This record gives sequence, C-alpha cells and structure tokens, in this order.
Amino acid sequence: MSIDMEQFHQVFFEESFEGLDIMETGLLNLDNGEADDEEINTIFRAAHSIKGGSGTFGFQSIADFTHIMETLLDEVRDGIRELTHDGINVLLKSVDCLRMMMTAESDGGDIDDSEVKTNFDALQNILGSSDSPSDNSTAEVADTTSDVPSAWKISFSPHKNFMQFGNDPARIIKELATMGQLTGHVDTKNVPDFVDLNPENMFLSWDMELKGNVTKEQIDDVFSWVEDESDISITALSKNKEKTQNTAKKSQDTKIKAAASQAPVKSAAADKKEKSAPANSSIRVGINKIDDLINMVGELVITQSMLSMLGEDFNMTRLEKLQEGLIQLDRHTRELQESVMQIRMVPISFTFSRFPRMVRDLSEKLDKKIQLVMHGENTELDKTVIEKIGDPLVHLVRNSIDHGIEMPEDRIAAGKPETGTIQLNAFHRGGNIVIEITDDGKGIDKDVIYNKGVEKGLVEAGSKLSDQQIYDLLFNPGFSTATEITDVSGRGVGMDVVKKNIMSLGGAIETHSVKGQGSIFSIRLPLTLAILDGQSVTVGADNYIIPLVSIVESVQPKKEQLNMVAGKGETYKLRDEYLPILRICDLFNIPDAKADKLEDGLLVVVEADGKHFGVFVDDLLGQQQVVIKSLESNYKRIEGISGATILGDGSVALILDVPGLIRMSD
Amino acid sequence: MNRFFISFLYKTGGLFTREMNGVLNMALILTVDDSASMRQMVAFTLKGAGYDVVEAEDGQKALAASKTKKFDLVITDVNMPVMDGITFIRHLRAEANYKFTPILMLTTESSADKKSEGKSAGATGWIVKPFNPDQLLAVVKKVIG
Repeated sequence: MSIDMEQFHQVFFEESFEGLDIMETGLLNLDNGEADDEEINTIFRAAHSIKGGSGTFGFQSIADFTHIMETLLDEVRDGIRELTHDGINVLLKSVDCLRMMMTAESDGGDIDDSEVKTNFDALQNILGSSDSPSDNSTAEVADTTSDVPSAWKISFSPHKNFMQFGNDPARIIKELATMGQLTGHVDTKNVPDFVDLNPENMFLSWDMELKGNVTKEQIDDVFSWVEDESDISITALSKNKEKTQNTAKKSQDTKIKAAASQAPVKSAAADKKEKSAPANSSIRVGINKIDDLINMVGELVITQSMLSMLGEDFNMTRLEKLQEGLIQLDRHTRELQESVMQIRMVPISFTFSRFPRMVRDLSEKLDKKIQLVMHGENTELDKTVIEKIGDPLVHLVRNSIDHGIEMPEDRIAAGKPETGTIQLNAFHRGGNIVIEITDDGKGIDKDVIYNKGVEKGLVEAGSKLSDQQIYDLLFNPGFSTATEITDVSGRGVGMDVVKKNIMSLGGAIETHSVKGQGSIFSIRLPLTLAILDGQSVTVGADNYIIPLVSIVESVQPKKEQLNMVAGKGETYKLRDEYLPILRICDLFNIPDAKADKLEDGLLVVVEADGKHFGVFVDDLLGQQQVVIKSLESNYKRIEGISGATILGDGSVALILDVPGLIRMSD
Repeated sequence: MNRFFISFLYKTGGLFTREMNGVLNMALILTVDDSASMRQMVAFTLKGAGYDVVEAEDGQKALAASKTKKFDLVITDVNMPVMDGITFIRHLRAEANYKFTPILMLTTESSADKKSEGKSAGATGWIVKPFNPDQLLAVVKKVIG
C-alpha cells in the first residue's frame, strides 16, 4: 500500500513552525531566568516532535539537524548540562536556521548549506563530541557477518503475567512460522487444576525448532517486546555449511542497499525544485467554532423548510406565521454571518510572538536594557488584518527601541530605572481593535520635529501647529530626526509606509508623547475587512454607502451658516468649525440630483486625517451592514470609491472612500 | 429531506462509520499524538487498511476517549503535553477494560530506558520513529490481525 505522504506536509510544516515559535519563546524565557523545568521540557518536546515528524515525512536534513539540538536539550533537561547565555544564543540561531530549512522545504527555496554547517558545528562544539549521527553503517555490516546456522532451538516460557501487557503468544509463534519451517510442542505441565486456573494468567511454555535461513537477530526481533515477561533461550542447532559463501553474498547485498539508499536522496532534491509553488495558506479553526456553524446551518435549514411548507399552502390567515418565520430567518442569517466571520478571526499573539526575540536581539546590539511587556495577546482580529499589521508594528517597535529608550547611563542620570520598558497592548474599543505601543523613553521633542519640518519645507516657519499635527510630521516620507543613521531605524523610510499600511486597512494611528517620560503610538483597526457598517444615502437616482466609522454626525444645513470662501469653495459653519463641503453630485457628475440648493439636502459630517468635512447628499436612508465587494477585481479602480455592495433589492451601491473623496476635491 | 439529513448529521456528529462499526466488525484503534501531522498520517494509513480510528492529542484526552468505547489497539506517542505517553499507558493498563489490550508506543526514543519505562508501565511493544506507513501496518497487522 502506498500512501502519498505529501498530503501531510502542510500540517507538518504548520505545526513545525509553531514548534519553532514555542522553542524561541521558551529559550527567551530561559535567558530571562524565568524558566522552570516545564519550560525546558516544552522546548525539548517541540524539538522532539519536529525531529520525529521530519524523519517520517522524508526531510532527513532537518531530522539530522534537530537531532543534535535535541541531544543538547536532553542533557539540559536531565541536568547534565547548564545552558549558558552563549548556549542560548547558539540555540536561538539554530532555531532560525531550522526555520530557514523548513521554509526552503515548504516553499521550494534553497537551503543555505553553509549556514546549516555553521550552526551544526556550533552545536557540536557545545556538546564537545565528534560522533556523527550517520556512523551506524559499519555496525550493520558487522551484523551480517554473524553466524547463520541452518536451524535454531527456541525455548519460550512466558511469565505468569505475560498476557497482562497485551501480549499474545500465538502472535509470536505465528510470526516465527512465517520465517521458516517451525516445529515444536507445547508444555502444559504447569497448568493447574481447573478450580485453581486463573484465565488471566499464563501457564504454557513452548519448545520449538525453526529451520531456514534465519539470523539470530531476526529471532531476537520477534521476541524484542516480550524479553522482560518471558524466559527465552535461542541456541543454534547446526552450523550452516555454506556459511562463508552466504556471508559474502550478504555483504554484497548490503553494498547494493547502501547504494540504493543514496539514490532517493538525489531524486528528493530534484523533486524539491519542481514544487516551487507555495502551498495554499490555511487557517486553524477551533472545533467549537465549526460546531457553532453546523448548528447554525441546521437551524437555517429548519427555518427554510418551515417557510417552504408555508409557501406551498399559503393564505392570508397564516400571514403572522410567515412574518414570524422571516424574523427567524433574519436572525439565523445574522448569527451565521457572525459565526463565519469568527472563523477568520485569529489572536493577535500570532503577530506579537515575534517581538520578544526582536527586542532581545536589538537591545543587545544597541547595548540598551529593555524589557518587553505584552497584554491582550488573545485579542482576535481578522486574518488579513493580522498579516498586514505585522510589518508596521515591527517598525514602530524598532523605532521605540532605537529612538525611544535611552542608553542605561542616560536613564540613570534622568532618574529612571536602568531597564527601559516597551509595552504592547491590544484591546477592543467600540467596534475597533486598538493596538498600543508604549515606551518609557525620552519622548518626542516637539521643537526638534517642528524645526526639522520647517527645514524640510513641510511646515511654514512661524505657523502654529497642534501637537497632533506636529506628531503627524513623523509620518511624512523622508522625515528622520536621528542625527546618525543606524541600521536599526532612522533612514526616514518606513514611518510613512507604516501610516499608509494602517490606512489601507481602514485604520488610523495616533501619537501621544510627553518629553522625558515616553511615547504612545496607538493604532486603531477595524475588526474585519469583509463586512462594514454603513449609512446608505441617496444622490439622484443612485444609492451610496458611507462607512459608519468615518461619520461624526448628520445635519440639515441652514442657509445662514453657509459661506463661500474665495478659491476654497463652499464651507459650512458647524458650531465653531468651518467645514469644507463636498458635493457628491459634482464630484461624480450626477446630473439629476434632487437637492440643488444646500438647504434642500443633508450634510453628513465625516472625519478623515483628523479633519472634518461635510458630504452633501440628497437624503439619508438607513444604517446597515454591507458585504464589501471589490470594484477593482470586478470592474476597475475608481477614485473616491472603495468598493461596492449589493443591496437587499438586488441593486448595486457604491461604497464611498472618504479620504479619497477629500483628495479628489483638493 | 434536507432537514432530516442535517439533523441526522448533527446527531451523529457526521460519523456514520461508528454506527456501521458493529455491522462490519472493524477493529477500533485509538491513536494518541500531540503532533497533528503524525496523528493524521497514522489515522489515514490505518483507515486506508480498513480499520476504524479515533484520534486524541494527549494522554488525558485519550484516557477520556478510552472510557467512551472499547478500543482493540492503542498507539500512543511518548512525549506529549498535559499527560505524557508513559503516564497514559500506566493509567490505561489499570482500567479493567484494557487489562489485555495491546498498547504500542510510538517514539523516536530508541534508547533502552524509554522502552523499559514504557514496558513497566504496561506497554505491549513499540514502533520507532521515523517509520513509514507500510512498517506501521505491518506491526498493527502483527498485533491485531
């Protein structure tokens, strides 16, 4: 029976990458001195599983590499060896190396052999031994030169408790019978009288003779599981006359086998080149989420059959029942939708888990003392959002390490603890997820940024800016305040990309800082990208959806509060603020807009980039959840429109992209 | 029609094979491993050979499963979180229902002390990792036919 092992590779890679993360986290904890015996056990277990799996699924190089890590970890676990800081460094590098090998195997890249060799040697160095794992070939050859008699005398007497280990003497005798010609007799002299007979015990023993070309090792193998629960003696009856001849033949066999075992290695390497296409990404879902879903579908089907029964024989007297059914259908659909969305949700720890290592490596490099504190790792976010938020977070944390936290001596001079703290927090607020990166470093010097902004021509000298506006300068392309460019951060590329990435996820970033005390970068993200709470509005004959998150309020404009500003268009004075007005009908050239004069329509006040605008529409319809369909993949990209959705009556409504609208009106 | 099918699926947890188990008299095997890929490989191999398989991811879950049905063979990994294989074997062997059931250890540890530790806990035998599906089947056939 041949089984295609490749079908298990995806799962194997997933759990191995997870195992590597576990090892990394464990090693970092060890380094911080927070570890106990269970920690080292966990690390060992992860290495052990990777080794077992990689051997089974045909990744020999990974298995060999993990073997030596496992040996080292085993010694640490048994207390034979103390793990030093340098030792942990070597192990961490080895984890990186394994990750590289695993990535190469899963995505079809190349393994950097020199990297593997370096790490392998470093591990070997710690172990201080030179025995290579592939040294057993000589032993095998030696085996085959042992004597092969033509018959064996086997006496087999199982102990009383033999069967209590799940053993079965018949199995052993059957197996022996397959190896050659088996004769013998059963000894029943120990069987007690019937009244004393305990059927759970074993009273029989056997004397057998096995003829055929069988080695002692083969027979030992049959008895290997029961050595401890039985007395076994195996003696040769007569020497094989053709012994020398036989031996010669055997060793030849071994050579052929050895040659054959090298061949698959080459073809495996060739295979690897072919499968360069990365595997489909998959998602791990808790069984309870799937159960909820099945439950929900069951309910939906029941409601559906109830409604169809009602429909077959409908009259007005059953109207109430119909309405009841429709309400039920509505509820089940909504619940089903929520459950499906739940499946895409993964905890943010997937992203957070990389930071302990990063903070450790960077602080070591910069000679700073930094501890990382994380909260809310179990906060769940849409998988796409999780994937896209990783890089911006890395950048912000790097930034905090490099520019935020001071050198230990500066911290002591400033009366702060020597060790700086970086906090990562994730939590729900409203319909959003908020991720905060907090450091207790030197904070952002507003004057420096302001002057730099002036110098770069981003700000007019002498103009008055709010704190937030000053901080926003940080996210401008090409803006860097670091006097010296380090390879950690400070090239000025990045912060603008950070902001762009967050905006593309429909999120926003805010900065707060107190000079001398530290900074907080706060990222706000929507829970999901697939569904959006929207306000539907009409302009002319068309429906549009405005995302609810960007709406501040809606007002009916009064004539006396309208102004025309030369060169800047219309504004509306709302309380103390003058809002620029965006007319949808003008922006999209809608000819038959109902409301021509502003006082006939409505003004939806929206917020983008910290500024308020009034979007002028004919009428407001209602709030609803809409499923976002990409306009780009179904039609083409349109400025000011972020997507489309299908409304209850089957018509298409376009979803307005508020920041895009503002850019259009500029 | 739909409705009955769904409710049937729901009630049986989609596992009709379990219902048919009595009819076809397939041997029922419990495989215990914290690594999903190993578990799937073992289960797939055994199912392909006509056995009925239940999976568990650690000793504790396996022990719970062993109380819900009677397995004809138990194949367990040794290194597992929550409850390791050796402890699991010791507990299982103490159950009246599993006094004579073959229990195999699935382990990379080919060293003698792990084997003897497992044996004294009550294991019947062992299969050393790495192994291929054919080797696994050969051992399973040897033990339960």
